[in-house]
Amino acid sequence: MLLIRCPHCGNRPEIEFHCGGEAHIARPETPSEMTDQHWAEFLYYRTNPKGMHAERWQHRHGCGRWFNALRDTVTDKFAATYEMGSPRPDLAATPAPARTA
Amino acid sequence: MSQPFRRSSGGHIDRTQPITVSFNGKTLHGYRGDTIASMLIASGSHLAGRSFKYHRPRGILSHGSDEPNALLSVDWRPEKGEGRRDPNNRASVVEARSGLKTATQNHWPSLETDIGAVNDLLSPVFVAGFYYKTFMWPRKFWDKVYEPFIRKAAGLGDAPEVPDADRYANRHAHADILVVGAGPAGLSAALAASEDGSKRVILADEGFKLGGALLNDVTSEIDGKPAAVWVEEMVAQLDARENVIVLPRTTVFGYYNHNHIAMVERVADHRDNAPDGLARERLWQVRASKVIIAAGSHERPLVFENNDRPGIMLAESARAFINRYAVLPGKSLVVATCGASAYRTALDAKAAGMDVKIVDIRLGEDCGPELAEARSAGIDVLTGHTVVKALGTKRVTGVVVAPLGNDGSVGTRRTLTCDCVAMSGGWTPSVHLFSQSRGKLAFDASLDAFLPGQSAQEEVSAGACHGIYDLSEIIADGYKAGGSDTSVSATATFTGFQPVRVLPTDADPKKVKAFIDFQNDVTAKDIKLAVREGFESIEHVKRYTTTGMATDQGKTSNMNALGLVAGLLDRPLPAIGTTTFRPPYTPVTFGALVGPSREDRFEPVRTTAIDPWAVANGAEFEPVGQWRRAHYFPKAGEDMHAAVARECKAVRTSVGIFDASTLGKIEVVGPDAAEFMNRIYTNAWAKLKVGGCRYGLMLGENGFVMDDGVVARLAEDRFHVTTTTGGAPRVFQHMEDYLQTEWPDLDVFITSITEQWAAIAVQGPNARKVVEPFVSDIDMSEGAFPHMAVREGFICGVPTRLFRVSFTGETGFEVNVPVDYAEAVWKTLYEEGRKYDITPYGTETMHVLRCEMGFIIVGQETDGTATPDDVGLSGLVSKKKPDFVGMRSLARPDMLLPDRKQLVGILAKDPNEVLEEGAQVVEDPSLPVPVPMIGHVTSSYFSSNCGRSIAMAMIKGGRARIDQTVWVTTPKGFTEATISTSVFHTVQGEKVDA
Amino acid sequence: MRRFSLASLLKESTKGHTGWERQWRAPEPKKEYDVVIVGGGGHGLATAYYLATVHGVTNVAIIEKGWIGGGNTGRNTTIIRSNYLFDESAALYNHAMNLWEGLSQELNYNIMFSQRGVLMLAHNHHDVVTFKRHVYSNKLNGVDNEWLSPEECKAFCPPLTISKDIRYPVMGGALQRKGGTARHDAVAWGYARGADARGVDIIQNCEVTGLQRNPDGSVKAVETTRGTIGARKVGVVAAGHTGVVMGRFGLRMPVESVPLQALVSEPVKPCFPCVVMSNAVHAYISQSDKGELVIGAGTDQYNSYSQQGGIHVTNHTLDAICELFPQFTRMRMLRSWGGIVDVTPDRSPILSKTPIKNLFVNCGWGTGGFKATPGSGHVFAHMLATGEPHEINAPYSLDRFRTGRLIDEAAAAAVSH
Repeated sequence: MLLIRCPHCGNRPEIEFHCGGEAHIARPETPSEMTDQHWAEFLYYRTNPKGMHAERWQHRHGCGRWFNALRDTVTDKFAATYEMGSPRPDLAATPAPARTA
Repeated sequence: MSQPFRRSSGGHIDRTQPITVSFNGKTLHGYRGDTIASMLIASGSHLAGRSFKYHRPRGILSHGSDEPNALLSVDWRPEKGEGRRDPNNRASVVEARSGLKTATQNHWPSLETDIGAVNDLLSPVFVAGFYYKTFMWPRKFWDKVYEPFIRKAAGLGDAPEVPDADRYANRHAHADILVVGAGPAGLSAALAASEDGSKRVILADEGFKLGGALLNDVTSEIDGKPAAVWVEEMVAQLDARENVIVLPRTTVFGYYNHNHIAMVERVADHRDNAPDGLARERLWQVRASKVIIAAGSHERPLVFENNDRPGIMLAESARAFINRYAVLPGKSLVVATCGASAYRTALDAKAAGMDVKIVDIRLGEDCGPELAEARSAGIDVLTGHTVVKALGTKRVTGVVVAPLGNDGSVGTRRTLTCDCVAMSGGWTPSVHLFSQSRGKLAFDASLDAFLPGQSAQEEVSAGACHGIYDLSEIIADGYKAGGSDTSVSATATFTGFQPVRVLPTDADPKKVKAFIDFQNDVTAKDIKLAVREGFESIEHVKRYTTTGMATDQGKTSNMNALGLVAGLLDRPLPAIGTTTFRPPYTPVTFGALVGPSREDRFEPVRTTAIDPWAVANGAEFEPVGQWRRAHYFPKAGEDMHAAVARECKAVRTSVGIFDASTLGKIEVVGPDAAEFMNRIYTNAWAKLKVGGCRYGLMLGENGFVMDDGVVARLAEDRFHVTTTTGGAPRVFQHMEDYLQTEWPDLDVFITSITEQWAAIAVQGPNARKVVEPFVSDIDMSEGAFPHMAVREGFICGVPTRLFRVSFTGETGFEVNVPVDYAEAVWKTLYEEGRKYDITPYGTETMHVLRCEMGFIIVGQETDGTATPDDVGLSGLVSKKKPDFVGMRSLARPDMLLPDRKQLVGILAKDPNEVLEEGAQVVEDPSLPVPVPMIGHVTSSYFSSNCGRSIAMAMIKGGRARIDQTVWVTTPKGFTEATISTSVFHTVQGEKVDA
Repeated sequence: MRRFSLASLLKESTKGHTGWERQWRAPEPKKEYDVVIVGGGGHGLATAYYLATVHGVTNVAIIEKGWIGGGNTGRNTTIIRSNYLFDESAALYNHAMNLWEGLSQELNYNIMFSQRGVLMLAHNHHDVVTFKRHVYSNKLNGVDNEWLSPEECKAFCPPLTISKDIRYPVMGGALQRKGGTARHDAVAWGYARGADARGVDIIQNCEVTGLQRNPDGSVKAVETTRGTIGARKVGVVAAGHTGVVMGRFGLRMPVESVPLQALVSEPVKPCFPCVVMSNAVHAYISQSDKGELVIGAGTDQYNSYSQQGGIHVTNHTLDAICELFPQFTRMRMLRSWGGIVDVTPDRSPILSKTPIKNLFVNCGWGTGGFKATPGSGHVFAHMLATGEPHEINAPYSLDRFRTGRLIDEAAAAAVSH
């Protein structure tokens, strides 16, 4: 079971959270102007990386807030969690975070 | 004397507490501190089971949880009746206690005489993977003949057949440091880690007595004290520390993500008088900041012909039986080894009075100080010798040994007579938990072992599982892992071995059964066959031969198998691949994993405030999601059909009362509430007046109907939204998601109020008369309070949100009151309603009444693939809004096709025939399979109000098929029906629409 | 290829089985192949087999980054059934079912296809209606499936509890008698041996790292850890790693890879005669020929390539199993493991052309791919050989995500696969 740092509440076990899939896919401003293919890509196509993944989590059974996280999908380790609306942290620009136990 | 092989003194057993255990109907005698294995050995027997495939007689290989052979069925409390027996318990770790009823497995008619042993004679045919090559003809014989035969032959013990009489507990804990294993390394680590009192330390050990290998040790001294004394002092110190939890009988079996550790504590089975209700086992889930793995190591068997005969055991296990349990594994012992540690067994056996010889595959010059010590103790040591085979069947009677020439040739055989053999093929560090933590293993050629390499989580290994075998170094390693540089002086340990995969032999290897995996009967021959057939990855070899896949998960066999494959392919051992270890370390009961989540606590039942009244008034219930809802209220002698017919009539002719509390309720509040509603729902909300209600339809972003419900506008900035019962959490989270992540600019709060407001539906021509007398602060006149309106005021003096809505087509009110008052309000309305013969009704009647009106239920008419137009609700989809959730998807090509399934009515030709919900609809039933289907029945009832059966269906291009004759499947074939519109009933009087 | 038979087995038993040959070779990759299949799982191996046997295309390589059958083929709970609701699904899975029925004989490899019956339990009114819809649809599509009362369920599966007192009492079940299990490893090995014998090169421990394309954009070669391998056509059949491989080819896919866990108990004597699935309580169970109870459940919630999930998922699965079979709480979990399953938005697979000419993809089988192995390989081989979809896999194109013509069994039925 993952240990997830909610930006508002701190470390909590995974069962308090809901995963909302890939982050930073903003809903288009004007969907009706999009082609079917572009709409399909917004709805269904995902990066699904093997490695660092930006994803959405909600502290559903806690504060209820959505936030974003960077997690390595090979090790399942979180590199960062950050508030919704913040840009994806540049990991290369910051020192590696301490290992989360 | 009942314990002829019991030593007169010594051992960690309590001779003041004699015990007896039933074993295959016979009585074994022993003492507290024994295991079943040690009691059996005390009786002079080793025979403890039959092997999986060849049914060969097997003894006791080990003294620990890696035991592959001695597996017993144990009834833990036969005196208490059924439900406490389980199979496959290792005799070597079952803590003996008077009253246990144990039996060996996998034989017929008896352990001593097993017909299945004929398989041993057929073993030239039953090689690895033989079943892939045969049993294919005739084709039908696999299911009917071969497979049942194989299944019956396979398996070990018998599964429990009656429900478990025990219960299980679950506990979560946090620890700064979790120490796995209470041997010399683990005790030192725990002591160091807890030293300053600031850290919470948990020390867990799978054994029932702490000390690990030191319990077997009667010769070592640590800082001048006997090892056993040192252990006692360490344990006493730890026990005295308030920041330390010491857990014996607790197996750490799983190392999961982010240092989430699973362990199982055996709580009750060892207790003589366990109180009723005491949990049998407890699952611990520990989140540890750091884990110190001090799990020790496993000894490897030697691989030679008939190395599985009873009486042949691991050398360290022989030492454990002699010293810890004070039983002699026989009178005459041959120690066969390729390393130093087994010499300690030989010396201790000799000291215990056994006749001892050592056969060492190593040359004398390759041996360490152990050789001289053994010889000076008067032990005959044959160095540079191989063991060709063991003699005897149900008990070893001797070993055939031969000298090895410099060229590896096998010299003249000679026989050493004995009644037990202690073998040592070297040591394998227990890296299971480290591997589970996804750390990378690194091969150390000098130790011939995989050791913990790069860590993936916050853990450190210490002691033997870290590749350290000398006692003083082990203890120093433990202290170091615990954060201290303490060192001790301890007796030097005999260490080092020369790995050997299969002992050299001059016998025809094709005819030799030398076992690698004892339980699964995998021989060196089988491994060779697999490699010959092209299975080169160790995972392929495992799967083809089943080596390492028995209940011991290859703890003793993995390295021998790996080494043999590497040798056959002439590749370095790590190139063959390593096994990835996965939980559990040793098998864990389902009960422990389930814990208390059984029966009532499997998934909690949600009930409404009215539920006690429904129970008292004889309701039949049905599960709806997690809720329990009243299904119908039968009167004496009524079946469901009669009750529902009566309830339906009552609502249309007078008045009914219905508990609608399970409907989801969400309050949407804020200056941007209307805008938010506009984006979430298909309808437009800006023009809905305060006090007005509107039926709202909600789509997923994929354009399919997600939920529906009546929405009331309580104020300019406040909406009271209702959802389906099952959809409430989903809708709430859907709203939260969009609000927080897509439209954070909207100034809106949403709050689930399902649990705060109960809803009582009063429906029927007399509904107003029932409700009105109790209402205050609300103008109840028709003009002031029309259909589809909401008013806030009081009922029975209690605050209410009073909805004028109808899901039945009749005049209706939904009385929302705070749940604490709901039952009282319900009773008041019910009492008043008696004047009009008010009828409580359940979900079935609600379904029939709404179907009569053609109202859909999301989840019944829709199934996650229906658009608003499919269910005839395109009128609710705003054409003016620039966007709402799901709008774009509705414009995709497939959503616009004319042959999509559409909601229609469907009427059976026979008005008394109720079509089956789920039945398929076809145009021409005479066509051959596959018969084209045009749709399916979604709802179907007998309507007492319509005087006939009615149904709804989703039919391809259905709205263009009104009046078309179709055929509907029945259990017996097809029945004729006609497509119709989906409104079946016309309400007299007040006209309402939903 | 040396034929397997009782006679050959007996003959070998007299000489210590020294005469058996390799079941497949370990060849060096050639410079170029007509078809390169990326992924040596059951689906990829079956594709190669049918390319050779049905279409006569034998200049084929299977490139596998680990060992064949080591992904989801060797990690699933081996359930085989075809009682799907929609015409498109019924056609695909029943195609597979028909191939399963003669597969041991066709491959001359006993894959132990055991038609012991798959029973899907209904626990509420919605389940009942949904399963009846399945039963009727299946009957009309010629797919074996029937409705059983709770008592009939109990008779078919005696260990089952049909007490009314449990949290979700059994209200009936849908039984596919033709359904059952097969020995998963043997399926991979049998196809591998059959394909190899017909000239297909199985190249293990070789990872595909990139794609080379011709000036017209079409496929030219795959780059691998063992060099560049020319390819006229490439079929990617990489299951959980499809997204990774296609990413290396510059394409995004509508798939996500999530952990799926399963477990087995210690082996016991036969105590469970069939396969039971229960959607409402999220669990499925059968007993292997070796005697282990084989138990599976739903996926973890997040994307991961770690082949590891949380213990809470295991716990919840066993909660459900022990609710239905309370006698099993004293059984013990012997082994648990995780796979990486590639899940599409409609939980149906993708067997499709791609935006790159001569690059084809077969993925998205989610939690239910094993049962389709022969059918998937058979129709995908058709596609690789002819360049056009077989009529059975035509609906499974990538284009359906654009048009909205999804094949969403789960949404329609709320049934786990």
